[in-house]
Amino acid sequence: MVHHFDLAHGSTRDLNHALHAFNGTDSEAAWQVKNANGLHNLAVGLDAPLTVDIEGHVGYYCAGMNKFARVTVHGNAGPGVAENMMSGVVRITGNASQYAGATAHGGLLIIERSASSRCGISMKGVDIVVRGDVGHMSAFMAQSGRLVVCGDAGDALGDSLYEARLYVRGNVAGLGADCVEKVMKDKHKYELDSLLREAGVSGADAAEFRRFGSARKLYNFNVDNADAY
Amino acid sequence: MCGIVGLFAKTPEFESQLGHYLAPMLLEMTDRGPDSAGVAVYRNPVGDGQVKLTLLSTAPWFAWQDFEHALRNAFPGVTGLWLMGNHAILTAHAASGDLASWIRANYPAVRVNSSGSTIEIYKQKGLPAEVAHNFGVSQFVGTHALAHTRMATESAVTTEHSHPFSTGEDLCLVHNGSLSNHNRLRTQLAKRGIHFTTDNDSEVAAGFLTWRLMEGDSLEAALDRAIVELDGFYTFAIGTRDGFAVLRDPIACKPAVIAETEQWVAMASEYRALAVLPGADQADCWEPAPGRIYSWSH
Repeated sequence: MVHHFDLAHGSTRDLNHALHAFNGTDSEAAWQVKNANGLHNLAVGLDAPLTVDIEGHVGYYCAGMNKFARVTVHGNAGPGVAENMMSGVVRITGNASQYAGATAHGGLLIIERSASSRCGISMKGVDIVVRGDVGHMSAFMAQSGRLVVCGDAGDALGDSLYEARLYVRGNVAGLGADCVEKVMKDKHKYELDSLLREAGVSGADAAEFRRFGSARKLYNFNVDNADAY
Repeated sequence: MCGIVGLFAKTPEFESQLGHYLAPMLLEMTDRGPDSAGVAVYRNPVGDGQVKLTLLSTAPWFAWQDFEHALRNAFPGVTGLWLMGNHAILTAHAASGDLASWIRANYPAVRVNSSGSTIEIYKQKGLPAEVAHNFGVSQFVGTHALAHTRMATESAVTTEHSHPFSTGEDLCLVHNGSLSNHNRLRTQLAKRGIHFTTDNDSEVAAGFLTWRLMEGDSLEAALDRAIVELDGFYTFAIGTRDGFAVLRDPIACKPAVIAETEQWVAMASEYRALAVLPGADQADCWEPAPGRIYSWSH
């Protein structure tokens, strides 16, 4: 059974209340949401393996804190999509604005066009696959997880990153502090190939990508400075 | 936080509906800036040799009749003074600089919001809905318009501190963000003859552009210089006689979305303000890149 919700006739809070009614259950109910019209906070805080399809562009923080649910936005997403996601899958068929997937701990975020600045900032375990480009300061202070960029990356990619692995197919405008290119070993190609397949990205060969990660040379990586914290 | 909207008509049919669409765009940005609001509209160009000024009275009960009488004595070329609330549109065969100097010297309670041949600027403290109602924004017919909703961070909430700020003949600026070097810049610009009426940071950005344009820069060159000289966060929308321009600072924390169809080009702080436009859901829609100037003109 598919549930329908029209945001022209119900509020964001009504929608989220209805979705939260499934939280803590193993319900796989499907939801169709229409008339998003750039509204903020749609489908946030889900905690059940629901399938939610949102028609139209969404505003800030869509699918934030998502756990287990599969949320698809058929349009563009505003700032902070899938912020602090824990698990599940969030798919954006258009572009995403700044800080997509910020601080997210797990799950998979797919952006079918491009993401703007600070994509994956402080990511903590999420996998992010972007079919187009990412803007400046992407993966800033990224702690763990994988960021895959099928297009180009903007300035200061991976500044001050920790253990996250970054894969970029196109040009990188510039690397941030302590971010370096690393050897693409077979295990990385295998990992990347799995990610691309999981994200449903065709026409991109893992062999065309370069890998970037932390050189671990910043102050915080030096054990002699441990007392300072 | 503030809200910005800009709307540029690409067809005569859309020009006749400009205000009909601008008003709901402005209202949609209310919760980004409920303190005050303002609109710059480009309409009803005056004939050759004439100028058009938008005046704002800051006095609660201002005797516009006495003002008009004195003005006509000083400037026989005055062709009209139309009142709209505490604003008035003045048209005259005269130099706008002479009119502004005379007003400043004789009626310090009257401020010149704008001058040029087509621009009109209306602004007021209070909710955007009140501003839209008081000035009949939904009835506006014009080629293009910018509007702003203000949530003050750097200076007081008054009508004088609200946007748009005039930056020269038929030019204006609206700003979402905050500038950190505005005090030093204001002092430097004042020494170069730029007149400031408030302690507002955005007025300094407007004054900076005014200065560069006076020095002979093109708008593009002035904005390129602004990227270097202005320290802070900003999304600017700049209204010109023929169109408008959008610029975000190189860090680009402050949001902006642009959309375009065959009928119109529009920008806003958030997509939901664009959603009211016909065909918005199918429009080409993107986020302007940091430090890049986007402009449209007729």
